[in-house]
Amino acid sequence: MARKISYQQAIAEAIGSEMERDPTVVIMGEDIAGGMGAPGEDDAWGGVLGVTKGLYARFPGRVIDTPISESAYVGAAAGAAASGLRPIAELMFVDFLGVCLDQIFNQAAKFRYMFGGKAETPMVIRTMYGAGIRAASQHSQALYPIFTHIPGLKVVVPSNPYDAKGLLIQSIRDDDPVIFLEHKVLYTLEGDVPAESYTIPFGEASVVREGGDVTVVALGRMVQFAQEAADELAGEGIDCEIIDPRTTSPLDEDTILESVENTGRIVVVDEAGPRCGMAADIVALVTTNAWNELKAPPRMVTPPHTPVPFSPILEDAYVPTPEGIAAAIRETAGAPTPA
Amino acid sequence: MIAKLGMPKWGLSMTEGRVLDWLVEEGAEVNPGDELCEVETEKITGAVEATAPGVLRRRIGSVGDVIPVGGLLGVIADASESDADIDAFVAEFEASFVPGEEEDEGAQPQVVGGIRYLKQGDAGEPVVLIHGFGGDLNNWLFALPALAEEHTVYALDLPGHGGSAKDVGDGTGLADAVIGFLDAVELERPHLVGHSLGALVAAQVAARGRAASLTLVAPVGFGQPVNQEFLDGFISAESRRELKPVLQLLFADESLVTRSLVDDVLKYKRIDGVTEALTTLRGAAFVDAPDVDVPVLTIWGAEDRVIPPGGDAEIVEGAGHSPHMEAAGEVNRLIDRFLTAAV
Repeated sequence: MARKISYQQAIAEAIGSEMERDPTVVIMGEDIAGGMGAPGEDDAWGGVLGVTKGLYARFPGRVIDTPISESAYVGAAAGAAASGLRPIAELMFVDFLGVCLDQIFNQAAKFRYMFGGKAETPMVIRTMYGAGIRAASQHSQALYPIFTHIPGLKVVVPSNPYDAKGLLIQSIRDDDPVIFLEHKVLYTLEGDVPAESYTIPFGEASVVREGGDVTVVALGRMVQFAQEAADELAGEGIDCEIIDPRTTSPLDEDTILESVENTGRIVVVDEAGPRCGMAADIVALVTTNAWNELKAPPRMVTPPHTPVPFSPILEDAYVPTPEGIAAAIRETAGAPTPA
Repeated sequence: MIAKLGMPKWGLSMTEGRVLDWLVEEGAEVNPGDELCEVETEKITGAVEATAPGVLRRRIGSVGDVIPVGGLLGVIADASESDADIDAFVAEFEASFVPGEEEDEGAQPQVVGGIRYLKQGDAGEPVVLIHGFGGDLNNWLFALPALAEEHTVYALDLPGHGGSAKDVGDGTGLADAVIGFLDAVELERPHLVGHSLGALVAAQVAARGRAASLTLVAPVGFGQPVNQEFLDGFISAESRRELKPVLQLLFADESLVTRSLVDDVLKYKRIDGVTEALTTLRGAAFVDAPDVDVPVLTIWGAEDRVIPPGGDAEIVEGAGHSPHMEAAGEVNRLIDRFLTAAV
């Protein structure tokens, strides 16, 4: 039965229930229990924001605090996955991907393809991303396009508690390496989530709102902002259809293209940068496959091509806003800006 | 007398509705049961009926307006009431109405012995509503508020469905589960209303002496064949694309199958254990109905593509396998009349 829980609780519930169900599921990372091997409480931290708090007591021996060496434990997770476990490795911030990238893109992502299809690598890398908490440019990036670029990885960007739980369970049960990206600002977002376990298949977009005038594709935290913009625009007579792809690899191209065939207009909202990002990727998809349906040039709403600023004023100016999204939609729809 | 025509609450998740069309002009004489306007929710479109006899004096909601549950759609009053009194009634309502307030007072589902149920109404004889294969208590969204005006109504989720436990054992225990539920909520012999597979379960419960009357909506087990393509398709569908045409078999008007409806069914099907439960029930629960010795009303949609109409039944024109959703007003009246006579 569904009840209201937060995005963070939904993630914790998915990990806990899968560890309960399947003894091969283990989790490792920095401070995910917290205090292991040091005097004091063993389960002191539960991760940076407490997502994994409580797991250590429930699953002794399967919740492993690692040294501060991403290359070591992400590599260990890839090896464990290839030899029979289902590890979840927690990379505190996606910004740290640089120190373990070889283990991800040149090892885990390649095993299935380089070992004659005989190797499976059922690992999940959970990681926090996104701007909005004044954490500066080394802890605020939205780097999922980098993973999306690499064949062999599946990339999940949930925007709400229901999707977070179902997609994380799917990620853990999946036999390929999955990068699961959690937006830190969404952790407190609440929504209806079934108490039971359930899965959501990869490559199936969610149509968050139906409408006939403009297709708005948004990911992660941007889905909420797109909804706020759409609510505003409904009062101006512009009917938006909001599509949340939920996974960037695989990408549900059909749902996006079908929507554009209906609306003839598209705005893509992405918290990742404008160059070689999801917005550019999806606009290319649409212009290549639905050119004749388009009634207006596609629009991208992204941050500028800069590092995420530390100054709160600049950070707020960096992240796309509902107002900015609404302006792009009006432009695409050929509608006037209200006074 | 001045009566409010309010935005109804159809189903657990409804918080507001949009006025699609008015079917009656201001100034028209109306009677309870007359369909006055069409309202669209996130899930479904339905007709709002007059709740009192009189004249439709005001249409407050204009086409396109979104009005919260309990909000004012219109005003019905005798022709003798003055316009000033009507205006005062509207002003007083608008001044005191708080959206969502009524809803908090409305029943929330509860769980007893692994069975989720929703109770509504607290007067009159008890009525228990049992949904069909793959459904849940929300299928009664139009029937529940209507029947609750004169009865204490319980809508339950069968094992393997909705918010109830998903374990169905060998698939032959649905009637046992319903009897366990009746014991738990202390109902000795309620009126049972069942749809499709739920109608068969209701008959099985009635045969064991636990029903005052039986209303069968498009029932399984009374000699009519069940469309196997529907059952197979429902169980095997894994995507919106696969599921939508299957769900369309439930209705005469296929446009009733909205994306939201398809998404809700997909969410249910994706819960661990549901596919196994449905597969087990498909193999074990579809049997012939037993004989019963209580009053029986059978209702069937004329255009039912899942189980074709047969036997001695009230046939509802323009409706498919789900007449309680597609022709709710008429089905509610048939049930109401039958229950009144059966008391």
